[in-house]
Amino acid sequence: MRRAAAALALLAALLAPATAPAADASLVDIEDEVMCVSCEIPLNVAESAQADQQRDFIRARVARGQTKEQIKTALVAEYGREVLALPDGGGFGITAYAVPLALVVALGGGLALLLARWRRRGPAAATTAAEAPALSRTETRRLDEELARYER
Amino acid sequence: MKRHAAAIVAAAAAIAVVGLLGYGLSARGDDRSLDEAVARNERPPAPSSTLPVLGGTSTRSVADLRGQVVVLNFWASWCPPCETEAPLLVEAQRRLQRAGSGTVIGVTRDDATSDSLRKVSEWKINYPSLRDVDNVLAKKYGSKNVPETFVIDARGRVVAISRGEIDRGFLDNAVRTASR
Repeated sequence: MRRAAAALALLAALLAPATAPAADASLVDIEDEVMCVSCEIPLNVAESAQADQQRDFIRARVARGQTKEQIKTALVAEYGREVLALPDGGGFGITAYAVPLALVVALGGGLALLLARWRRRGPAAATTAAEAPALSRTETRRLDEELARYER
Repeated sequence: MKRHAAAIVAAAAAIAVVGLLGYGLSARGDDRSLDEAVARNERPPAPSSTLPVLGGTSTRSVADLRGQVVVLNFWASWCPPCETEAPLLVEAQRRLQRAGSGTVIGVTRDDATSDSLRKVSEWKINYPSLRDVDNVLAKKYGSKNVPETFVIDARGRVVAISRGEIDRGFLDNAVRTASR
């Protein structure tokens, strides 16, 4: 019975981190993910009356126990979509994600093409060297003489 | 042939990136077409959007006020010049309402509802305000800062613009011009 209880306690302890509620939201955690809407810079570096009001807005919701996502949703409802430091995936905002992705794909594709071309060239060059015609007797003798002179 | 195709694709990609950059820059640029038209003594049509009423559940637009002189004022609770000019707008509202000829309409931007409402009470604002949450109307007026004021005649045309704090001279003159 004791063993079973201990096993259950151990299991509960192991599962606890996975099932624990999301960490509490904090001003510091949210500040760098939102913009000061009037100054158009991240809120964590903004110093203005409007930025202070935005911080008060966040602090009030943190005090109420709202999650980070709830607070960000409330910020969008009050200050508009431009309050988010990262654009959402809708409309023109999608280009913020699509353009870098397209560039990576294009660069990767170009690199793959180049590698494939180099690979094709490699064996071809080796074949050419292997298939070079054998030296005649005169040429061999001349080569030996040249080498002997070089070694002297 | 293959080399040509690769060059065409690369050129198209380069053009697309440059186009995208151009679009981004133009979208962020200042639109001063209304100011230029007013400076030429023209009366350009006043842009309009349907927006929620501050502290209410209904919506309104500038277009709904056709037939009246409208003093459209962009403001925010955190803006000191907005507070300075508020008494002038309160007085203008009183005069326009008494004459039955028009109204002042505030438009809040970059501001939380609770903060705006607190200032409506503190500054004794006697005219309705709309909430421009995504700066939809502000963009149409090329408005990037607060306060900014646009005076619109009864035919829905912009007659005067103030990009900054208004004074009595501007407001009286603009309302008089709009009433003609």
